[in-house]
Amino acid sequence: MTAFPCKLAVLVTLVLSAGAAMAPAQAQSAVADGQKLAFDRGKGNCLTCHVIKGGDLPGTIGPELKDLKTKYPDRSELTAIIFDETKRNPQTMMPPFGRNRILTEQEISAIVDFLQTL
Amino acid sequence: MKTRSALLLGSLSAALAAFALTSPRVIAADKVDPVADAKAFQNFFFQKFPEVKHEDFVNGPYSMNADMKRQWQEKEEFPPYEFALDAGKEMFATPFKNGKTYADCFPNGGVGIRQNYPYFDEKEGKVVTLELALNRCREANGEQPYSYVKDEMASLTAYMAFTSRGKPMEIRIPDDPRALAAFENGKRYFYTRRGQMNFSCASCHVQSPGERIRAEVLAPALGILNAMPIYRSEWSGMGTISRRFVTCNSQTRAVPLEPQSDEYRDVEYFLSYVANGLPISGPGARP
Repeated sequence: MTAFPCKLAVLVTLVLSAGAAMAPAQAQSAVADGQKLAFDRGKGNCLTCHVIKGGDLPGTIGPELKDLKTKYPDRSELTAIIFDETKRNPQTMMPPFGRNRILTEQEISAIVDFLQTL
Repeated sequence: MKTRSALLLGSLSAALAAFALTSPRVIAADKVDPVADAKAFQNFFFQKFPEVKHEDFVNGPYSMNADMKRQWQEKEEFPPYEFALDAGKEMFATPFKNGKTYADCFPNGGVGIRQNYPYFDEKEGKVVTLELALNRCREANGEQPYSYVKDEMASLTAYMAFTSRGKPMEIRIPDDPRALAAFENGKRYFYTRRGQMNFSCASCHVQSPGERIRAEVLAPALGILNAMPIYRSEWSGMGTISRRFVTCNSQTRAVPLEPQSDEYRDVEYFLSYVANGLPISGPGARP
């Protein structure tokens, strides 16, 4: 029981210090990776349904992806939508990218980084 | 305490009232009623697209988009399925090694009968599609069956559809519980989500017809089989109903079934029945 919080604290410290050391470079590459993943037909393939600035031939099924930082100030909300939107809206067309392992958690996180720049 | 029991009683009676109100509908939905299903299915599309002429739904994405329709109408002067159609006509007239022909296997010599397929065979207790009947005809006459997805099968069905153009789809469901079960099974398959993308057939073709995925316009489910077989530019060739089902499954990252498996036959039965009254338009051409 007591071992867990202790380990967690160590982990958090490690992550925080690592994050502080390489935050800007990593953030930038995550945004670029996120865009690549979002446009990749075999990965996010977001353009099939959504208009996204910088993407060609978008589909019309979903809403345009813009001002997402205003709409979803909490990034966990955006993460949850990509992970499994059927939880919020059972009728949605949106594939459950996380639940069905179309994207990994890291890939979803990179896409969220990109989406927050739109 | 008093308010609590009053609340409890209140919510209980509300629940009972709700149950009383909804229960007849639940019973109705449990009963297999193809006539009501077909009517509801057609009305859904007629109301969603009030500007589309009813007989135009069989032209798939072209019924949803004026620009595409114009381009397609011009293309129809030299249709891409013409080679298959000519080949099918010739194949149909060529006798098997035993001297018999396809015409011997079908009512009315196989001409103008596309609208009656698939049908429920009460002896077999299963749905029989046109593709299946064609291969059975071949095998009964000592010939090898064809691939269900393209080439010869698409040519033969193209010719048979062509001789039936304009005839309203006329699928019958006999008074046989197995036929009703087949219809219901096809309907269940059609509406069930599957595969990594978690799509059902209905996700694209009922929820989103007329919408675009990238540059492609999604076709309405109503009358989608009336145009089969089709020349599809994406395939650079002809494809049958079997091919359409298999590629839909694999494109949504679901596991395709074997062509002419029981479930695909049932889906074809369901989809064709709910298109009753709409004209045969095959062979068709699609992007």
